[in-house]
Amino acid sequence: MISFSAFLKRFLSDPVAIGAGVVLLILVLMAVLAPIIAPQNPYDLMQLSIMDSEMPPAWHPGGDDRFLLGTDAQGRGVLSTIMYGTGISLLIGLGAVIVQGMLGITLGLIAGYKGGWIDSFLMRLADIQLSLSTLMMAIIALALFNAAFDANTYADYAIIMLILVIGVAEWPKFARTVRSSVLGEKKKEYVDAARVIGLPPRKIMWGHILPNTLTPVLVISTIQVAEAIMIEASLSFLGLGMPTDRPSLGSLIRSGFEFIFSGSWWITLYPAIVLVVLILALNLLGDWLRDVLNPKLRRGED
Amino acid sequence: MSDPIVETKGIEVRFPLPTHFLSREKPVLHALNTVDVGIEPGETFCVVGESGCGKTTLGRAIMGLLSPSAGEIRFKGARIDTMDDATRKPIRAQMQMVFQNPYASLNPRRTVFDTLAEPVQHLMPEKSAKDVRAQVEAVLDATGCDQSWQRRLPHEFSGGQRQRIAIARALVTNPAFIVADEPISALDVSIQAQILNLMNDLQAERGLTYLFITHDLSVVEHFGTRVAVMYLGRVMELADTETLFSAPKHPYTQLLLDAIPKLEGGSFDKPRQPGELPDPVNMPPGCPFAPRCPMAEDRCRAERPALRTLPNGTQAACHFAE
Amino acid sequence: MAMLEVRDLHVAFPQGKRNEVEALRGVNLTLEKGERLGVVGESGAGKSMLAFAILNLIAEPGRVSHGEVMFHGENLLDLSERDIRGIRGNRISMIFQDPMVTLNPVLTIGTQMMETLKAHRNISDADARKLCIAKLKQVAIPSAESRLAAYPHELSGGLRQRVVIAIALLTDPEVIIADEPTTALDVTIQAEIMALILKLCRENDVALILITHDLGVVAEVTERIMIMYAGLCVEDGPTKRIIEAPSHPYSDGLLRALPQHAGRGTKLYQIPGSMPPITALPPGCAYHPRCARATAECKRTIPPLENGVACFHPLDQDEAAS
Repeated sequence: MISFSAFLKRFLSDPVAIGAGVVLLILVLMAVLAPIIAPQNPYDLMQLSIMDSEMPPAWHPGGDDRFLLGTDAQGRGVLSTIMYGTGISLLIGLGAVIVQGMLGITLGLIAGYKGGWIDSFLMRLADIQLSLSTLMMAIIALALFNAAFDANTYADYAIIMLILVIGVAEWPKFARTVRSSVLGEKKKEYVDAARVIGLPPRKIMWGHILPNTLTPVLVISTIQVAEAIMIEASLSFLGLGMPTDRPSLGSLIRSGFEFIFSGSWWITLYPAIVLVVLILALNLLGDWLRDVLNPKLRRGED
Repeated sequence: MSDPIVETKGIEVRFPLPTHFLSREKPVLHALNTVDVGIEPGETFCVVGESGCGKTTLGRAIMGLLSPSAGEIRFKGARIDTMDDATRKPIRAQMQMVFQNPYASLNPRRTVFDTLAEPVQHLMPEKSAKDVRAQVEAVLDATGCDQSWQRRLPHEFSGGQRQRIAIARALVTNPAFIVADEPISALDVSIQAQILNLMNDLQAERGLTYLFITHDLSVVEHFGTRVAVMYLGRVMELADTETLFSAPKHPYTQLLLDAIPKLEGGSFDKPRQPGELPDPVNMPPGCPFAPRCPMAEDRCRAERPALRTLPNGTQAACHFAE
Repeated sequence: MAMLEVRDLHVAFPQGKRNEVEALRGVNLTLEKGERLGVVGESGAGKSMLAFAILNLIAEPGRVSHGEVMFHGENLLDLSERDIRGIRGNRISMIFQDPMVTLNPVLTIGTQMMETLKAHRNISDADARKLCIAKLKQVAIPSAESRLAAYPHELSGGLRQRVVIAIALLTDPEVIIADEPTTALDVTIQAEIMALILKLCRENDVALILITHDLGVVAEVTERIMIMYAGLCVEDGPTKRIIEAPSHPYSDGLLRALPQHAGRGTKLYQIPGSMPPITALPPGCAYHPRCARATAECKRTIPPLENGVACFHPLDQDEAAS
């Protein structure tokens, strides 16, 4: 257990954590405020002009001050598409983690608390799920979805599909983490005390045990957001993710990739840098959280 | 003798031991073997014994944390081990438990108020929020806790303070019967006396009945009305505290009494032979204590002595007790 | 000159970036050859810290900030890691509360004993083996020869602790430091182990520092007691004298709080409050907030240890005896 003020103090005394936090905050603000601060709206066809296509960044010869980081093949400003794309990537990352969390926490809680054959069954299921690579599952599911519906329907529901597919494929990580903390917690006497007053298992699981297993859940959530964003980027890069007219960071990288050899490197490079920085910031924060919240690694306190 | 408030009749608790799912043997640990105790209203019934003797299992079975494999448990005459949850609910308010480790028995993420209010809210749903608050305040006063503790979390308290809160939780529904499982053994010496005094005062004020589980005989001597000495899931001797300490009948009780370190010193001067518990999974047929017993004879190894009442009122499970 | 002498020992831990708190605040200790000293205190009083500091085993981030540990006139704190290993586990042995701290679970008892022996002695395998068996017999382990091939988990808790004692004795040490050696064991096993330690110390003229919270055990085993409170020694004297007539109010309170001292059904004496953590010590005598005899002087100045007691208002002998 660590109090909020101690937590804040630890955060402010760690330059890596501050750095990662600030970078993440900037990226999130940039994404959330994109409709207000972005120089153009890349989805508004009225604002696009084919004349502006494949312009280099502003400081290069042939660049235009309106497009700080250049434009892509359709004449959309790379800076603006990155702002909007980061938002979509973050949305999918968060959404997928919420799905993973709901599934994984529920199943992990049940497996850990009930034990016996329910536990064995759920954990074997998790093993099977983990042995199938997430990417492979996602490719199959999305390819089927792609084939079953026409392109417009696909474009409308792509975000939801990505969230669901990545969410369902990655639940075992949450389930395993929650289950192992539940196994530790359920032996503690406060659980017996709750049973003595006759609380039903449902209330004991959700009201007593779950709040005490949230620390590791918080840690893996951070890392899983990064993981989900990566998976989405890979899928988009393979053409199974977000459609090019509502691009995520991954689809931006893909759409620029075709132009790398024609010299328009900026279309790919800048989204790629943002993606790397975003993932790095999330992972650094996740590692830092684990160090702070895991009492086994902590010394000289309490 | 009045009617017992809690009574066990021949209860047994068996734990299946973990095995490989393909193995044919299904080893079973007999944690309790045909235990009969009757706890009188208002008394402090102590259960003593070493680890693995089943004293905690007995307490947990009575509280319904374990279901016995055989036998029955009665509370004020009603059989509770087979009761369904709805019928048992009003009885739960009358039976409560205090645990050994005050660092684990309070949910670290709940304030003291939440911890204390939960039993009332669950077991007495007819109480209004105001009544709940009044009851929590009353129990905090009764256990010597400060009202300002209500909004605080367990980690802000010392071990002794936490144990007071745990006792307050057990008392908040005004129970008649409390199982206290080693309530002072995790505490420092100077705090133990505080908690024992508190439990004594509460008993006097509220007419509580305690089932006091402990390994410490000096506490029993001070605190207990009657004592059951357990060994490997069986009651070896059951007597009034004074009788047990002045005239122990079972050789195991004698061994326990000899093992208490004395402030006068001198009792550790003789070397003692190592005594080991027999394997509780494959129990020998005779008296479970026979391998360690100085007076064991062939009969003890062949025939298991039953608990019988001796002329002075003590019950002992020994062929030679008289 | 005493064999082991600790002078003004301070152990400090960092708190925050710049500050330090002291877990030991200037402890003195002398131990003669063959003397048995009990160090008594509640958890957090610094008694284990003292044992670790003597062997220069204080773990990071703690450090010995002041003082010296003279063993046969040589300061152990100045020795190189290499040199101190020649003393630690050789001339000064240690027994910990949990035998599994000392025993490696993946090596047989024999391997571990031989390793210890060969680290400190130039000895052939056959001789080492013979010596190991002899030591196991000395601690009354049945069928010692076959136990050499056993793994620690195959032994019961009591036998494991006997093996640890055998290992501690292997190198014929001059001092054994035992840190709560029986706290994890049952009462009857505790009696066996303590009787064994007592016998071995007497027979081999080994000095003992017994760290415990149990006054009964100390009374049985030791000749001298040091009572610690909040990182300081508050009373130091012959066991019999302190048990019968303590001078320091804290020692007196500890003894009077024992249930052995109160009649049945009477109230136990209780020391109010609890020991402050080392991070929040009051000024002056750390015990004054709990002490009935405290005056303005106690709140200002830390009383020095004079004539075996660190108190401005010690109990005189008549008071203590009553």
